Amino acid sequence: MSGNYFFVIVGHNDNPVFRIEFSKSGESSTRREDHRHLNEFVAHAALDHVDETMWTTTAMNLRIVDKFNEWFVSAFVTASRMRYVILHDVKNEDGIKNFFQDVYELYIKASMNPFYRVNTQIESPMFKRKVLTLGKKHLLG
Amino acid sequence: LISTMARQARATESRKISSELFTLTYGALVNQLVKDYESDVEVNKQLDKMGYNIGVRLIEDLLARSNVGRCHDFRETAEVISKIGFKTYLGVTPTIANWSGGYDEFSLILDHNPLAEFVEIPDDHKKLFYSNILSGVLRGALEMVSCLFTPTKSKRFDNICTVN
Repeated sequence: MSGNYFFVIVGHNDNPVFRIEFSKSGESSTRREDHRHLNEFVAHAALDHVDETMWTTTAMNLRIVDKFNEWFVSAFVTASRMRYVILHDVKNEDGIKNFFQDVYELYIKASMNPFYRVNTQIESPMFKRKVLTLGKKHLLG
Repeated sequence: LISTMARQARATESRKISSELFTLTYGALVNQLVKDYESDVEVNKQLDKMGYNIGVRLIEDLLARSNVGRCHDFRETAEVISKIGFKTYLGVTPTIANWSGGYDEFSLILDHNPLAEFVEIPDDHKKLFYSNILSGVLRGALEMVSCLFTPTKSKRFDNICTVN
């Protein structure tokens, strides 16, 4: 089981604003359901580590902040303190760094939409599609 | 008097403001209207009214700046609207298309609409004409130069904004 990524954008109230999974195909759907609950739990638990690490550096990309069994947790904090968290089981520092940067740009454009309230769920199908493409490009490629 | 006004207009012409501030301001305006009125049709009406008030004042400014004379026919009017009006105030030149048979109806197609950068209209506001203020502006401006303007529709279609 390698090359699986679970990406979530966390808002200011620890609420998930956006979540998406990337994996190399070929995993049964029942296993994925169990993993989804675990993923959310691990990501949530990692938030404390993210918050601690956030203050130690001026960079936005925090790289790996936590580890759980075989999952690594990488994080990226934006200027408006939105936290991007990725759970992954293979180290892919460059891919994750580029992914974070590109998603950040996408997020800025989405937040400029006057109809979008910050810290709410991002419903836009265009956003989801673009994140999927970025994930395929940087994380699975 | 007209020449001093024109000179003043030229002096203020070089003052620029950020286009993002403009886009965000318009976005906040539409968003607030949507919240206040709740009905898309009502919001469209309000945008049109606001546009009308802007248009009747804007036409004076435009004519003072640009020194264009009287238009001899409607086709000339269309050209002036697109190449001088839109160019001066929004920096874009819409394409003129879809002329009707008697040359009294046409469409303006904006490939890039500075009012609607980054805007994605959510699914529950399908009837909203986001840039309807433009149709109001045209109505106000043209009415002042004694031209009757009946907007048939103004809508945002993917990235192309059409004003009829």
